[in-house]
Amino acid sequence: MVNLKINNTPIQVEEGTTILEAAKRLNFRIPTLCNHPDLTVAGNCRVCVVEVKGARLLAASCATPVSEGMEVNTNSEKVRIARKHILELLLSEHNADCTKCFKNGHCELQELASEYRFGDHIFIDLVKAKDKIRDISSPSISKDASKCIRCQRCVRTCAELQSVCALAVANKGDHQVITTFMNKPLNDVVCTNCGQCINRCPTGALYERNYIEDVWHAIYDPNKFVVVETAPATRVALGEDLGLDPGMRVTGRMVSALRKMGFNKVLDTDFTADLTIMEEGTELLTRLKKALVDKDETVKLPMMTSCSPGWVKFQEHMYPGLLDNLSTCKSPQQMFGALAKTYYADKINIKAENMVVVSIMPCTAKKFECNRSEMRDSGFKDVDYVLTTRELAMMIKQAGIEFEKLEDGNYDSILGQSTGAAVIFGTTGGVMEAALRTAYEIITGNEVPFTNLNIKPVRGMEGVKEASIKIKNTKPDWNFLEGVELNVAVAHGLANAKLLMDAVNSGKANYHFIEVMGCPGGCIGGGGQPIPTSAEIRKRRAEAIYAEDMGKPIRKSHENPEVTEVYNEYLSHPLGHKSHELLHTHYKVRNRY
Amino acid sequence: MTNTEVLIHELVEKHGKTRNALMPVLQGVVAREKFLSEEAMIAVARELDLSAADVYGTASFYTFLDTKPRGKNILRVCKTISCHMQGKDAIIRAIEDHLMVKVGETTHDKKFTLLTANCLGWCHKGPVLLINDEVFPSMTPEKAIEIIEDFSKKTN
Ligand code: SF4
Ligand code: SF4
Ligand code: SF4
Ligand code: FES
Ligand code: FES
Repeated sequence: MVNLKINNTPIQVEEGTTILEAAKRLNFRIPTLCNHPDLTVAGNCRVCVVEVKGARLLAASCATPVSEGMEVNTNSEKVRIARKHILELLLSEHNADCTKCFKNGHCELQELASEYRFGDHIFIDLVKAKDKIRDISSPSISKDASKCIRCQRCVRTCAELQSVCALAVANKGDHQVITTFMNKPLNDVVCTNCGQCINRCPTGALYERNYIEDVWHAIYDPNKFVVVETAPATRVALGEDLGLDPGMRVTGRMVSALRKMGFNKVLDTDFTADLTIMEEGTELLTRLKKALVDKDETVKLPMMTSCSPGWVKFQEHMYPGLLDNLSTCKSPQQMFGALAKTYYADKINIKAENMVVVSIMPCTAKKFECNRSEMRDSGFKDVDYVLTTRELAMMIKQAGIEFEKLEDGNYDSILGQSTGAAVIFGTTGGVMEAALRTAYEIITGNEVPFTNLNIKPVRGMEGVKEASIKIKNTKPDWNFLEGVELNVAVAHGLANAKLLMDAVNSGKANYHFIEVMGCPGGCIGGGGQPIPTSAEIRKRRAEAIYAEDMGKPIRKSHENPEVTEVYNEYLSHPLGHKSHELLHTHYKVRNRY
Repeated sequence: MTNTEVLIHELVEKHGKTRNALMPVLQGVVAREKFLSEEAMIAVARELDLSAADVYGTASFYTFLDTKPRGKNILRVCKTISCHMQGKDAIIRAIEDHLMVKVGETTHDKKFTLLTANCLGWCHKGPVLLINDEVFPSMTPEKAIEIIEDFSKKTN
């Protein structure tokens, strides 16, 4: 343990603690810009400087470990002047048009500027001399270099958490920029559209391509029937952007808000999550049968989940050799769109061409996904617009809805009912758990052998999780699985996915089924979720997801009565002809730069 | 495999597959091809298991790792203060007139690219002209043209 004093208050902390962390424990907040709890230390912005007694230079508190007897001042005159100058220098080349900026009100730089109340520029205004390069090539991610303070959080995010490295630092000195390979448009490079960089960018330099006006336009159009679907993870995070604490479940209030905004039907992506389990579970069992009984060597195992579009695009760029391992199931969002504009439109007597499907997602990659050319199996664009959780919060505010005071509403039917198994899609391990709950029961007729159906080994925030389930007492149809040890693995965040894929490629791993979610923590940590994010916030959202699951009367996808109804009335059976047409897809190889 | 890919493969064999090998491999490519093409950077990234953006980021940091097509000989006139005071402008103008290119451009026959450089450490003998790896101090416009003509004859 190390003893030191911060602003004359003594404190004892473990060796290796930074001054920044120690100060936080004493509730002294030191401003930061390049530092982020999910990332390695960069120490490049210097706004976190503090004065250490006896030292000639100010120290960057995020990058300086404490030492015995240290005396730190976080707010001396020297510190304040330095910090102000650093911020003023940043602002001297920052295109500070806050009123037009998408991050307005959610910007760390703006917050600091508002704390320090700068007057006129004391340094030369360099903004006019800078090129204003905005990259809006991607349907998901927008990048505005004139807002970038080169803190490199995005570069570290893309490398450390995602192993994609789509972004890098190029050039030097005052020409330094954050850019892609050869400054190509983001849409042309390996970027997976995961949006993790957006979640960590302290400014408006990275933000989602927003479709707020398009959606309002559709809602106001009397000729359009606008249907909205909501992803599992939105209901445990939306509140954060509307004044509530992380981990607050707001499912009912979200439904009410959507109805008040004027959507014609408020439906649930959770419904198609249950449907996904039926299709994907059946696909897994079919692959196992072909591999184990028919000895068909063309069947690819391990099968890998395909509901996370960031992960899918990652595979298309990085591991094209494993594309046949991806489940052919579309994501729940896209299954929803395809069903909405066929089965559902017929059922409620609306012309598909007059239907607009809007989806509320914790995800930026979903915006790209809905624009894929493969996603038009209804004969129309299956999902028209994807809004992030953040965009929905903005629209709720725009509509003048007092979210906190809303009564709980219920989803419309049909395509609105869901089970606990669908809800847990929102967190890492959830798809695996949902699939196992159903597959095990199909094979054996018994519930999975875990207390309360809670398959603990696939839960939690470890990067790669593994589990083995021994299959016992199979039904006659499935007796080829008797005694088989079903090996599964779960990864979240693409850096962890890469570890797992390298293990698969090396032949060391012997899995049957792998779940990957592109974002750290799964969808609850998605690139479209409220900012900020941290391990603690993600943990609280995940807890809320599991609480939501426990509160559901039905917790197994195959018991969802609406799913049964859709099969009876329309799809007939999983992997059937109609399913193939509407609910399954294929992938393509993409470049690696 | 293209010639570039073969070259990069050989360079990686020689320098190893670690990140440390990135600089010597890039230098090796530039030594032969004068600049780093997209194709070359992608191949280096693949060989070293790095991202192409990363390779580009590194290359773009170093003035001598060009990412734009260059001629067979690269002329660099020092533009820093000592050489400036000793008449680098006249040298540049003379070369521009002689080769009919501006700074940053490459001659039609692809023999020469004219660039400027920051201080080359020869301040006491400015103005300085660097041709590929060779330093030519105490330049006058006439001498510069003469030397360039020699290079022109040696280059086909
Ligand atoms: S990035 Fe922040 S400070 Fe800059 S214009 Fe946007 S809101 Fe304002
Ligand atoms: S969206 Fe994801 S993959 Fe794309 S640049 Fe950002 S972090 Fe990297
Ligand atoms: S884009 Fe954002 S996160 Fe990336 S360096 Fe610029 S300000 Fe930092
Ligand atoms: S936050 Fe410490 S240097 Fe940027
Ligand atoms: S200024 Fe030209 S060599 Fe130093």
